[in-house]
Amino acid sequence: METLKAQKKDKKKSTAIRITGAEAIIHCLLAEGVDLIYGYPGGAIMPVYDELYKFQDKLTHILTRHEQGATHAAQGYARVSGRVGVAMATSGPGATNLVTGIADAQIDSTPMVCITGQVARHLLGSDAFQETDIVGISTPVTKWNYQITRAEEIPEIMAKAFYIAKSGRPGPVLVDITKNAQFDELDFVYEKCTGVRSYKPAPEPELSAIEKAAELINNAKKPYIVFGQGVILGEAEEQLKALVEKAGIPAAWTILGLSAMDTDHPLNVGMVGMHGNYGPNVLTNECDVLVAIGMRFDDRVTGNLETYAKQAKVIHFEIDPAEVNKNVKADVAVLGNAKETLELLLPLVNKNEHKEWLAEFEAKHKIEYDTLIEKDIYPTKPGLTMGEVIEQINVASKHKAVIVSDVGQHQMIACRYAKFKQTKSNITSGGLGTMGFALPAAIGAKMGAMDREVVAIIGDGGYQMTIQELGVIFQHNLPVKIVVLNNDHLGMVRQWQELFFERRYASTVMTNPDFVKIAEGYHIKSRRVVERSELKDAVEEMMASKDPYFLEVRVEKEDNVFPMVPTGASISDIILK
Amino acid sequence: MEKQWFTISVYSENHVGLLNRISGIFLKRHINIESLNVSKSEIDGVSKFTIVIYSTEDWAIKIVNQIEKQVEVIKAYYHTDDETIYQESALFKVASHLLFDERQIQNIIKEHHSQIVTVSREFFVLAKTGRRHEIDEMHEALEPYGIMQFVRTGRIAVSKDAMPITNILAEFQNQ
Ligand SMILES: Cc1cc2nc3c(=O)[nH]c(=O)nc-3n(C[C@H](O)[C@H](O)[C@H](O)COP(=O)(O)OP(=O)(O)OC[C@H]3O[C@@H](n4cnc5c(N)ncnc54)[C@H](O)[C@@H]3O)c2cc1C
Ligand SMILES: Cc1ncc(C[n+]2csc(CCOP(=O)(O)OP(=O)(O)O)c2C)c(N)n1
Ligand SMILES: [Mg+2]
Repeated sequence: METLKAQKKDKKKSTAIRITGAEAIIHCLLAEGVDLIYGYPGGAIMPVYDELYKFQDKLTHILTRHEQGATHAAQGYARVSGRVGVAMATSGPGATNLVTGIADAQIDSTPMVCITGQVARHLLGSDAFQETDIVGISTPVTKWNYQITRAEEIPEIMAKAFYIAKSGRPGPVLVDITKNAQFDELDFVYEKCTGVRSYKPAPEPELSAIEKAAELINNAKKPYIVFGQGVILGEAEEQLKALVEKAGIPAAWTILGLSAMDTDHPLNVGMVGMHGNYGPNVLTNECDVLVAIGMRFDDRVTGNLETYAKQAKVIHFEIDPAEVNKNVKADVAVLGNAKETLELLLPLVNKNEHKEWLAEFEAKHKIEYDTLIEKDIYPTKPGLTMGEVIEQINVASKHKAVIVSDVGQHQMIACRYAKFKQTKSNITSGGLGTMGFALPAAIGAKMGAMDREVVAIIGDGGYQMTIQELGVIFQHNLPVKIVVLNNDHLGMVRQWQELFFERRYASTVMTNPDFVKIAEGYHIKSRRVVERSELKDAVEEMMASKDPYFLEVRVEKEDNVFPMVPTGASISDIILK
Repeated sequence: MEKQWFTISVYSENHVGLLNRISGIFLKRHINIESLNVSKSEIDGVSKFTIVIYSTEDWAIKIVNQIEKQVEVIKAYYHTDDETIYQESALFKVASHLLFDERQIQNIIKEHHSQIVTVSREFFVLAKTGRRHEIDEMHEALEPYGIMQFVRTGRIAVSKDAMPITNILAEFQNQ
């Protein structure tokens, strides 16, 4: 034992290199396979930027035009690629500008490592120039955070940061590094982190729970699956499909689960939740066994909990024990990574078909199609709809594009109508609903999947929250396709005012600038569509473009998104119009 | 569900930011921390938080799950009063002349099984360990004579059942 320890120490010494903390950070990033980071420089992080300059052949740094953009770009990158996104900023305002993106990544479980500069150790607590307690500020919205004040801590903490961000239920980690730790030297050796003793990424699957789940599923007459982002995060898409097909169970998605299963699969019955489909909502309250896979029963999904799936036995496949029984009581909780637990479940479920049950979904779909879907995506009356724009994009992209949506009516329409064949293709801000997410997230998504088309669907409101990131698209000639669905309103809020505040449109009408001119100012090819007759051609031109492309579509100003479950109502009381 | 007293015991790594992280979990849910004590535990390098809340069992479970999810937390438990042995401690600072002027003081000290920690010309200090109501009773008894300073600790508690932290740590070591 003693000799082993000594050997290990010797080995450490022999491979160690003497470098500064700032350089060590770059080596840590490279060792973690990072080749792309987003950020913004400033005083307290300058030593690291100086090293980035030296290492630019190995590590690309993208200067976003605002630190919030850096976090969303890192998120977009992480969500399409499944890898950890990295964002960097200086102390003080640089660090606080990251907070919205960190909170977004926390609630949507996105693996991200944020690195912030901090004033030198001896200045901490003195209200030094650009000192903020970013560790304190970010504590409630990070999976883990840490302040490094000594150069020697860098390799171990960075390794831990990446391990924690990616493992188990992923999330954002923030590492704050004082300036002295960046300047000081250390003997650098890097070892990847393989475990933290107080942290268990995923519970061990329990066979007895899986057996109970199989029994419930095998005896069910009206089983129903709702799948969420956990399927994507755990890369359990194959297993989900196998289960759905073998047991013949209709399956619906949450908006973060969208694209985990081909949208055209005959057993994929649509979307649950506030603006989800009619059948998937209403029939949640008629199924006998509800199988929730990697979803957390968000209130936008469940509506009033008192009336949610009360008749059903609930099976919850979940990696995070804190999510079980949090909102909906589970009759069987199957803890663990869904990929593993579903794999274990598969041989235990019987081959089955539930034709009559599936027919109920089809009947409800027909009602929804006739009352509103057809009018949304193939409208005949004057005035462009958001739905027909999404449908045109479906046609032009052959269901292969990554769709990045912002927050609002256009987001709901995109999630309802966009078609997907491939997983990790629907990128949107779900839990936080962060307006301004889409443009920078689309930058990250494009860079994380250069071989794929990336189409950002953005409202005129949210677009103006991070519009400055056009600068990144222009500077790097990133062929992102940007579609602004312009209704001259904060549409989603206006819809609520119309329905619940007697049409008192307080601060939801906007006088907008000429968006095409703005895009032109960034030398981005652009076009505006006002008439239906121009739409098809414009979308085709956009999709065919090898360069970035901006398309503004003037849509109806006062359209509403239906169906809708009013806040606090039961999902059975979903309104169709 | 009915509200009752719960003692939450948290075993964790000794990490600076953790207190902030844990208290945030209560804050976010508007659950008042009635008392909080942080100390070392039976295991070297492992800290123990003892937190008392007055809440429903449903919330106690949810809070424990959220706490346990934090990276630096090894394990968290919740117990009802019946399931723990618990005490608090208090210090009373009282003017010294009362020891001679008021005969009752001597009796109070004896009846409440408290100890005299120190005596000086101006004041003496009494220590009392016990259940909250016992300390309250002693406080009531002394109050008419004037208490110069009073302080009470948070609850400290051990559970009747085992809290097998060593096993959890060993399991990690064997991975
Ligand atoms: C304007 C607006 C309207 C919205 N309307 C709707 C709506 O109508 N319908 C809708 O669905 N959403 C809607 N949302 C989004 C909603 O707020 C939630 O973000 C979303 O429902 C969460 O989906 P989820 O539970 O699948 O994903 P997450 O919130 O990401 O939860 C994933 C769950 O899976 C677990 N998990 C992670 N990894 C694994 C693994 N490997 N194995 C097993 N489990 C795992 C996690 O612990 C977590 O519990 C809306 C948002 C906005 C902004
Ligand atoms: C940062 C932020 N501020 C406010 C909101 C509240 N909000 C939700 S949707 C919405 C309107 C969005 O308007 P727009 O971007 O034009 O999209 P539309 O609904 O018109 O499609 C607002 C203000 C939010 N989600 N995020
Ligand atoms: Mg709008």
